[in-house]
Amino acid sequence: MITPGRQVTEEACQDCLVGSGNERLRQDFPALRQKVHGKPLVYLDNAATSQKPQVVIDTIARYYLSENSNVHRGVHFLSDLATQAYEGARIRVRQFLNATHDREIIFTRGTTDSINLVAHSFGRSRLRAGDEILISAMEHHSNIVPWQMVCEEKGARLRVIPINDAGELILEEYERLLSDRTKLVSVVYVSNALGTINPVRQIIALAHRRGIPVLLDGAQAAPHLRVDVQELDCDFYAFSGHKLFGPTGTGILYGRADLLETMPPYQGGGDMISAVTFEKTIYNSLPYKFEAGTPHIAGAIGLGAAIDYVQRIGLDRIAAYEHDLLAYGTGLLSAIPGLRIIGTAREKAGVLSFVLEGIHAHDVGTILDHEGVAIRAGHHCAMPVMKRFGVPATARASLAFYNTREDLEALAKGLHKVNEVFA
Amino acid sequence: MSDLSELYQQVILDHYKRPRNFKRLPDANRKAEGHNPLCGDEITVYLHLDGDVITDVSFEGAGCAISKASASMMTATLKGKTKAEAKLLFDKFHKMVTGNREGTGDPAGLGKLEVFCGVSEFPVRVKCASLAWHTLNAALDGKNETVSTE
Repeated sequence: MITPGRQVTEEACQDCLVGSGNERLRQDFPALRQKVHGKPLVYLDNAATSQKPQVVIDTIARYYLSENSNVHRGVHFLSDLATQAYEGARIRVRQFLNATHDREIIFTRGTTDSINLVAHSFGRSRLRAGDEILISAMEHHSNIVPWQMVCEEKGARLRVIPINDAGELILEEYERLLSDRTKLVSVVYVSNALGTINPVRQIIALAHRRGIPVLLDGAQAAPHLRVDVQELDCDFYAFSGHKLFGPTGTGILYGRADLLETMPPYQGGGDMISAVTFEKTIYNSLPYKFEAGTPHIAGAIGLGAAIDYVQRIGLDRIAAYEHDLLAYGTGLLSAIPGLRIIGTAREKAGVLSFVLEGIHAHDVGTILDHEGVAIRAGHHCAMPVMKRFGVPATARASLAFYNTREDLEALAKGLHKVNEVFA
Repeated sequence: MSDLSELYQQVILDHYKRPRNFKRLPDANRKAEGHNPLCGDEITVYLHLDGDVITDVSFEGAGCAISKASASMMTATLKGKTKAEAKLLFDKFHKMVTGNREGTGDPAGLGKLEVFCGVSEFPVRVKCASLAWHTLNAALDGKNETVSTE
């Protein structure tokens, strides 16, 4: 028997993040209550992955303790229970994105898997020699490499929208790059390395004027911004569960139904078929056509619980709270001698990427870790971004709604210590 | 958890800020490149071998304090050593930073390089300390490919 985790009710959350701060919410995250190297953990690596609330952990445990069964195949009680829970999670994701149909929601292993699905299925079936895929200069490797692979195979060309010194897309260049050869625009909504929020509505409108579909990499946007795929009018939207306080190994691809209908399957196997003979296979309908094999059932259900949790708090409230926190952190960091913030776009979310003069990010990371402050040091799977800014790596503090001003003060204090060590 | 000062010793910080033999070697007859994709460290090691003897050695590149200081101190140690002696040093150094105390793991004989002993307490930094040495090894073997720590 497991005890259900404390759940944030609508009432309990009436003033969380606004009046009473986030102390109650922090209590929902067991991993935050620990010490590392004898210091209280200050977790500022949320862009890599977020911590999980008790309710997500309990939901997964409950599934394995009392609901575990395979989905879509059993006539027995447990299978029905598991299927209902799994499909219930799909409905939550559909509501979270405000998609029109449940069948537009495909469970994947993560953002990377979602983009690979589109590259393989849409890309390989549509691209011809001479065609172009358009991405931006601030993409994560997961939105570069799958396109390079399919372009190489098809003789197509990958074009890149440049960015300015603040880390913002140059829209005039984007317009110039759009042409009859462009078959897809695939851009990041919020940059993981810079924090830039891209003007995706404009990007989508300009592409649609030419009838070009747009994929949004929403991995970093999902935990920070409310997303409405109908209002955005994007054609594909990809995100990961684990950055949204859900389990690792879960992700979502939203695709417009009429597009998904025309796309061939990504992988073959069980569940994605409706009839198989050795001569011919008839594929299953959406979304199952794209979900070959037994899915990550526990993960999907856990992701559903994470979405419930986030929605009880409200993404608008989260965005407003984090906006203040980011401004506070930017101020603190700007006062540190020798520190340069990489990524100074007017519209930013959740990320403070920086370099310290004469000190490598890796050393910054080690010394901060010693102070209990967890950040990321490296190229953030965005090596072209590092090259663009002429740095081998950056240190990156990334926020979640459970972070506090005290967390950022601990970061700043740690950075002074870094400067002392290297003085 | 060991003390941070075990890792960032003054000698290491000094070699980081003022790296020795930090230049291209015009008359090098061996060269190898090394790369640590995890943190973006890049290094090129140049060697001048006269028969079996390392008559000159230098390096170029960008990296963290540990990788740069390690490269600097490595070059300062190697001049005049034979290939076999250099390989033995690499073996001892590698065992020291990975905390492997067996066999030739006794750091005795490493001399000044023993300041990197503290690295073994920081497992994620072992690759930083050993990058230059892996690259040296490739240069000694006359391999032309880029060495990666991954």
